[in-house]
Formats: sequence, structure tokens, C-alpha cells
Amino acid sequence: MNRVDGKVALITGGARGIGGMSAQVLAQGGAKIVITDLREEEAGVTLAAIKAAGGDAKFFRHDVAQEDQWAAAVKFATDSYGGVDILLNNAGIGGSTRPLEELTLESWRHLLSINLDGVFLGFKHCIPSMKSRAHMWAGGGSIISISSIMGLVGGARQMAYCASKGGVRLLTKAAAIELAPSKIRVNSVHPGFISTPLLMGEMERMEKRSQGLGKRYQSNIEAMHPLGHMGKDLDIANAVCFLASDDAAFMTGTELVVDGGYTAQ
Amino acid sequence: MNRVDGKIALVTGGARGLGAMSARVLAKGGAKVVITDMRQTDSAKTLETIRAEGGEASFFRHDVANEDQWAAAVKFTVDTYGGLDILLNNAGVGGAAKPLESLSLDAWRHMMSINLDGVFLGMKHAVPVMKTRAHMWPGGGSIISISSIMGFIGGTHAAAYCASKGGVRLLTKAAALELAPAKIRVNSVHPGFIDTPGLRMGEAVMNARSEGAFQRFIDDAVSRHPIGRLGRDEDIANAVCFLASDDAAFVTGTEVVVDGGYLAQ
Repeated sequence: MNRVDGKVALITGGARGIGGMSAQVLAQGGAKIVITDLREEEAGVTLAAIKAAGGDAKFFRHDVAQEDQWAAAVKFATDSYGGVDILLNNAGIGGSTRPLEELTLESWRHLLSINLDGVFLGFKHCIPSMKSRAHMWAGGGSIISISSIMGLVGGARQMAYCASKGGVRLLTKAAAIELAPSKIRVNSVHPGFISTPLLMGEMERMEKRSQGLGKRYQSNIEAMHPLGHMGKDLDIANAVCFLASDDAAFMTGTELVVDGGYTAQ
Repeated sequence: MNRVDGKIALVTGGARGLGAMSARVLAKGGAKVVITDMRQTDSAKTLETIRAEGGEASFFRHDVANEDQWAAAVKFTVDTYGGLDILLNNAGVGGAAKPLESLSLDAWRHMMSINLDGVFLGMKHAVPVMKTRAHMWPGGGSIISISSIMGFIGGTHAAAYCASKGGVRLLTKAAALELAPAKIRVNSVHPGFIDTPGLRMGEAVMNARSEGAFQRFIDDAVSRHPIGRLGRDEDIANAVCFLASDDAAFVTGTEVVVDGGYLAQ
């Protein structure tokens, strides 16, 4: 559809799941893609899929919690493709489901270092390149961060996760205001439960602990979504592509909620 | 782009402004469009534009506050194109700025009848037809209502307008929950200040009261949008098209805010 034709996208956690599918959709839209992740093998599979569909993509091994690796990732994108126009902060973890009073500071900090600090570092290191290129596009540069319904509503035993996702939501708004004069738009996407390797892995672990536990968990989750099912990677990737395109030229500082109605009730 | 290829859309207030541009974008996407409005001359011009661009559209004269006319408008759409898949509740009035204590019940009710009752009636009369066709599309049927930033925040001397737009926002959520099992998605779009004929309607009145008042109003409005400009019709039309398409198959019961960052601060 060439809706992001000629743009360069850097996607964290791009090896699989939401990141992997977003990479494929943006590539189909004509963007050149840098996938960053710690999962090299899975990234290889995603790269192969993109290339088989005629797209252009590279992989960079990257821990989003590390500031010097952010600098290196952006340099890699600039050396490979000339700069960055679209940043998708997708890398994230689910984290501990311990009750609040048992949550260790270490566990809290670890999750925040990836889910929140990693997003801040992404903004900080991509902005110089994005500023120099924003004039090329009717809708300017586009920073998109994957938050969650848990950045809108709370959940028991999700302290660090909710804090990180709510943080991403408001960091997004602050950055949007600051970067608007530079023609860089900043928005967050809030998925409901999505059938991703992250979630499916969690349910498998539950099944192993106790037969039927994972399946009941899945049914319960499905029932919480008015549409009656979980979302797919593609549902989020399509929202990402919309925000990355010039179709969203007047959208900044806002939340795009893709949750099958979860937060409507 | 054929993103709504084969679908049938009914767009209220489709003669000019947001409605007309949305009709054009949907038609370019492959939808057949019924424009409804009270403005026949402007509607004729919009039909011409759509047809010149290779699209298919028809006009039906329609007062959205009138329930009989809603039944007739839906019947016209079914008779002309065979059904209904996309309803865009766009018709609305801004109304004169009035202090709360001098706002007449008549003026309040008039605004509600168009901006809120009209949206309810649209949903009520479109849904039976939409239900029969929802299975045809991966993303089902799609009802989109134009709310406003004033569906999130208040404004002085805008009591009725804010009440109507906030009402549209929550009516949307209630309908989304109720219609999810029928595979009909329901969302609201919240524009910031958009440069439309509707916005400019106040120009003569403002300038009569005080020279240059309208330009000061516009300059003030621009300054409240971090992006540094007012919105354009197509900014809203593109968001409408996204929600109408199957790209938004997991999006329901939510608000798409297209406001240049107005609400982010």
C-alpha cells in the first residue's frame, strides 16, 4: 500500500510478536526496517519473511535498557538506511506477578528499565536523526510506543507492569508537546490481550503447573473482551502503520486503544 | 487503496466539511456512499467531486433529528446499494456561545436533538441492516461518530455542546458493548479545531462585534495545538477510513483523538 513509502523504521523487540508483525506490515508499506532484539534466531525468521515479501530489513542485537546500545542502534540505522523516521518502542516484558508486598525492588527496577527507561532512551537517541528528516514527510517523524490496557486500568499483581505502561502513556504526552515544533508526532498504542508468544508462553507455563489452568486463564481473558476473543499481532501492527503514516498527520500526544472493547466497560 | 472495498457507507452531514471529505476518502477506498444532509447544493457539488474521482455516491435529504427520516435514509441506502456496513454520524451543530444561566431549554434541546439524539437514532436504525452484513467483513460493521475534544474537556459558554459531545463518547461505549456479539464495532473520533466551513460560520458575527475578532480567535485556537496548525478535513477523514476498514478489526468502544496534541497538555 506504500503508506510509509521511503521511510526508515527502527523497531525494538522486532524479532517476533507485535514487533515482528509491525516490521512486516511497515515493510509492506514501503519502509526500510531495522529490527532490534536480543532474540537473534527468531529475528532471522522475521527478516526472511520480510525479504520473501520483497521488503528491505536488517537486524541489530540490542538490549533497550542499555544507553550505549541505543546510541549504537541508531548509528546502525543511519549507516544502513540514512536515518530514522519511525521509532516503534515495542520491546517489553510482562514481569513478576507477585503480590505488592512481596515485589522486590530489584524485580520492579528490572521491569521498569526495559518497559519505561528503554522507551525514554529510544526517544532521546532517535530524536536528533528524526529532527533532521521530519521535513521530508507531510506528517513528520512518528514515535509510537506500545503501552497496554494496563496503562489505562489497573490489575492485581501487575504493579510494575501497570506503572511502566502508565508511565509510557504520559511520557508520550510530554514528548509530544516538546517535539511538536520539530514536526515529530508521539503516540501510544494500548493493546488488549493479544495472542503473542509472550502471552502464549505464559499460558503454557500455567498448563504445565496444573492441567486446565492455562486453558481456563485463556477463556477468562477472552470473556473480558466484548468482541469475544483476544487480538492478533496484525491488529496492533495495523494501528502502528496508521500512526506511522501521513494519514495520522494531525495525531499526536494521544492513545490509540486496540482492545476489543476491554476498557469500554 | 480499496481499504473499504465493496462496503456501503452512510455519511450524515456529508454535504461539506468533515462529512464531505470522509465521503470522498471512503469512496476512494472502494465504498459506495450515501451522503445525507439538508444542504442540497453543497451535496450536489460533493457528489460531482466523488464521481469525478471515479467513486460512487448518492444523496438523500435528511434531518438527523427526525426519526422517520432516519428510517427513510436507511431504506434509501438499502434500496440504492443493497445494505449498510459503515455509519458515519458526522452531522452536528456548534451553536452560539451562551452563558449557562441564560441558555434556554429550547436552545439546549435543539442542540441535543441533532448532536446526540441524531447519533442515537442513527445507531438504532442502522443496526438491524448492519447486523445482516457484519459476517461479510473480517472487521464486521463499523459505526463511527464525530465527537470532539469537547467530549473530553469543558469550555466556557459551551455547556450544551460539551454535554452533547460527551454524550456521544459514552453512548459509543455502551453501543460497543451491546453490539460486539453482533460483530459491529462502535467508536468515536475527537477532532481538535478543524478548518471547515462550520468553524468559519462564526466569522461574520465575531467580526461585527469587534474588528479582527475572528482572526484573534483563530490565532488563539492555533496556539493551543502543539502541532502549530488547525486540523484539515482529511486529517479526520483518514481516521474515519481507518476505523471503517478491517485494519481496525480489534478496535471498538474507544476514542480516536485527532487534535494536534490539544488534549496532551
